[in-house]
Amino acid sequence: MTDGFLDNAFFRNIYCNLASSGSDRCAGGGPFGDGLLPPGWEWLAFLVTAFVTVFVVVNGALMAVNLYIWGERRLLGRLQGRLGPNRWGPFGLLTPIADLIKVLSKEDIVPAAADRLVYSLAPVLLVVPVLLAFAVIPFGSSTWAANLNVGVLYLIAVLSVESFAPITAAWGSQNRYAMFGGLRAVALLVSYELPLVLSLIGVLMIAGSLSLVDIVNAQDVPFALVQPLGFLVFLIGSVAEIQRAPFDLSEAESELVGGYHTDYSGIRWGLFQAGEFMSTMVSGAIIATVFLSGWRGFDFLPSHAWFFIKFAGVLFVMTWIRATLPRLRIDQITSFAWKGLLPLAAVNLLASAVLSLIWPRPSVGELWAMAAVNVVVAAAAIYVLGQFGPKPGERPRPAVAPALGATGREGAA
Amino acid sequence: MPIRTEPVTVNIGPHHPSTHGVFRLRVTFDGEVVVDAEPVFGYLHRGTEKLAEERTYVQFVTLSDRMDYVASMTNNQGFMLAVEKLAGITPSPRGVWLRMIAAELQRIASHLVGIGFFLQDLGAFGTPLIYVMRERERILDLFEMLCGARITVSYMRPGGVFMDAPQDFWPALDTFLADMPHYVDEYERLITGNEIVLVRTKGTGKVPAETLVNASVSGPMLRAAGLDWDLRIKDPYEYYGRVKFDVPLARESDNFARYIVRIQEMRESVKIIRQCVEQIEPGPVRPKEVPFLIRPPAGDVYAHIEGPKGELGYYLVSDGTIAPYRCKVRAPSFINLTLLRDMLVGWKVADMIVTFGSIDINMGEVDR
Amino acid sequence: MYGIGILKGFSVTALNMIRAPFTIEYPDRRVGLLGLAKASGMNPLVFALKRPAAAVKAALGVAKIPARLPQHSRFRGQEFVWYEERCTGCASCAKLCPLGIIRIVTDPSGRQTQEGEVYDVEVFDIDLARCMACGICVEVCPYDALHMGSGFERARYAFPNLMITVDELKRAPKRPSTWFRPQLEAKGYDPQRSGTADWKLVGRHETPTAEQLKRTWVDERTR
Repeated sequence: MTDGFLDNAFFRNIYCNLASSGSDRCAGGGPFGDGLLPPGWEWLAFLVTAFVTVFVVVNGALMAVNLYIWGERRLLGRLQGRLGPNRWGPFGLLTPIADLIKVLSKEDIVPAAADRLVYSLAPVLLVVPVLLAFAVIPFGSSTWAANLNVGVLYLIAVLSVESFAPITAAWGSQNRYAMFGGLRAVALLVSYELPLVLSLIGVLMIAGSLSLVDIVNAQDVPFALVQPLGFLVFLIGSVAEIQRAPFDLSEAESELVGGYHTDYSGIRWGLFQAGEFMSTMVSGAIIATVFLSGWRGFDFLPSHAWFFIKFAGVLFVMTWIRATLPRLRIDQITSFAWKGLLPLAAVNLLASAVLSLIWPRPSVGELWAMAAVNVVVAAAAIYVLGQFGPKPGERPRPAVAPALGATGREGAA
Repeated sequence: MPIRTEPVTVNIGPHHPSTHGVFRLRVTFDGEVVVDAEPVFGYLHRGTEKLAEERTYVQFVTLSDRMDYVASMTNNQGFMLAVEKLAGITPSPRGVWLRMIAAELQRIASHLVGIGFFLQDLGAFGTPLIYVMRERERILDLFEMLCGARITVSYMRPGGVFMDAPQDFWPALDTFLADMPHYVDEYERLITGNEIVLVRTKGTGKVPAETLVNASVSGPMLRAAGLDWDLRIKDPYEYYGRVKFDVPLARESDNFARYIVRIQEMRESVKIIRQCVEQIEPGPVRPKEVPFLIRPPAGDVYAHIEGPKGELGYYLVSDGTIAPYRCKVRAPSFINLTLLRDMLVGWKVADMIVTFGSIDINMGEVDR
Repeated sequence: MYGIGILKGFSVTALNMIRAPFTIEYPDRRVGLLGLAKASGMNPLVFALKRPAAAVKAALGVAKIPARLPQHSRFRGQEFVWYEERCTGCASCAKLCPLGIIRIVTDPSGRQTQEGEVYDVEVFDIDLARCMACGICVEVCPYDALHMGSGFERARYAFPNLMITVDELKRAPKRPSTWFRPQLEAKGYDPQRSGTADWKLVGRHETPTAEQLKRTWVDERTR
């Protein structure tokens, strides 16, 4: 166990109240006097602390997602000129609870042709990685569940497990709509993983660490300013990665009914919805932490409030995007990833590499200088890309193999 | 080397979010590409034409509402023109002006719905749809003032309309006409310049003008191909000869052209209503001598109007009794749909849905 | 292709977020403290002092006040208004209903009916499950006895409950719609505001001239 463990005030309070004051980790005891457990029982103190922390983080995330669903629905309503849900409870705050009860009490239908194991596994595959991702996010100046020294790597690894969920659901439910959705989701996720990770590398170069806590500490200037191109690519990429509008083609309601979760009902469907909203929250938290300097801010508000403000701001922007933009087509989405975002991320990486060679351990002034250079690079890169980008109306009608066209007619007759 | 995959047949509909009712498409896909599409309809067939044979002419007005239920006023109008032609009724001038105002309001409402659902098919999360519904509600409020109903209006009667507009209708109409161009500007800001909409709609769903004419397609779809064919100009019925307006045309004949033609037609309709309000004259709204049970002389007649979706025609055969012997409706939605297979094959799934949405059909009218 | 159009779109949605929403809440309206105080015609401070419980409820966002939909006096509601005094039982409405959903049984029953008497309407069933509110029954009523109603809350759990019977018609509140009744409009009648209408109010009261009577009763018969 690293000693970073005790940097967390929440941990320290629980652990040091339990463990004896003589233990090497918290000499002098906890805030409420000596430890409750005799010396030698630190393992139990550690176990209890870990359990409590995990319990708090997981349930906090599940409660927060309810709040977030309510907030998003209200906000979407207002963006569309409506009121949004306002019937259940104060300002409609209990609407997600009512929805939860409804979803729980609905019949859980498993299609006869479905592969039961795979079908049941899919919702879990979507939810669990998101919960795992909450572990490394610093919510305040000393509040996090784990300060991994490979935090960013952990996040990327855990969140890529999530991409299995759509194809699992599609395969398990044996539905053609679902299969379309699942295959689209895989194409999309594979395409966007690359620019997403590449845009993060620039940040890692400047911060010099993979730990999210260290990244926040390194942001004397928010990295959204130091790395505008990386921020843009990461924002678009994460909207795509969580498959929200305009990249929601894997569940494209107007085309595929429900996409990969067409056949799901009841609580399994609810888990999909909750998982999607939670992954939006995780993305928001990552953007707030990595690019918007996380919990850092001015002194008149506590650090948690600063984190929450930035987090809510990112979620607002995501909802705003969802309310405004129509969906892209599958080939446009993938070509946007490979021909648009990937070159931009590469340019960003190159610029960051050169700049961090010039200023290996940047001070505040040097960070501002980096920001200035990077803004110019970003503008130039976007301009050049726009010159070569696709123009609407240039795509010719694709040719169809005549043999295939014939089979369809016979099948229909 | 292209990878060949097994073609997959999928039933789009009859219950599907974007089939605009109960429409079914048997589509064969090769991956994402449509290789064949077979439209199947008739799920909403109610036998309206047969029902007309057992209803009097005024009774059928109520059924004509239910054919294209987002454009009831124009359905009424077309039927009334046919009945008047058949029975030799000269309509009252005030009634005709009121019919024109109602029909143009209905054209705006229908185009609003068409654009809203077109954007819904494009995948916008309901936002443009809810914006257009806001303005449509105002039009429906005006209809409620005119005739007490919002959707299925049954407003028109042989010889005019059944009742004069109430006093509070005219100020409400004026405010609506003043607001509507701003609303259209708002849609244009939200939709027309949006790059995602442009890359999705420009160049997709193209049909050559020749094919459109051969399939006797009419309405905004035809005008989006650059063919100047508007029955309000080419065969002026009612008092359309006395109002001045432009016929919006586009050249590309793709999904975006159809959208932009509809947007421009709404602006033109506002102009037409303004001129109608200026020119409307006092007097009775229907001639007193027209009875409830009309007995037209034996004979047949065809009358057509430029409906929001295309040429809406009624062919009536009378045998001298109170009910028509035969009533045939030339439904624009149905005839515009005939090109569907040619428009869909070769495009991707997403383009298929958007192209289908850009035709702006109404299943109540297709299946009748 | 730099996303300028997309940014314009963002400005439109943001503008609509700031504007007042156009949702009409029905059947009740959620109000805050200010709204509740305004609804009861008081200053918010005075209101909070006088009715603290309601004020706390409103501040928590759970207060609601009943709301009515804006409705024109011509609105064609499905709850028919029928005036027994005016009805002669001629069954024009039943004959000309496009769907034939009106059933009328009058009482001839072998009684000697004297001139000036009206038939006793025993059955007046309107099958609302099939009614499409076209109003032709009202249009053809020669005595202004049947009117469209102004209400629309006719949802029931079973089809038989949708049938309007003669008893229900007699009991129903007499709030006729002014649809196809220019005489009501001329009097400025509004079913939402003016209250119930007596049978004497709703008639056309057109006294026929001697010439009209002659045309109807003499000329047409001798022709």
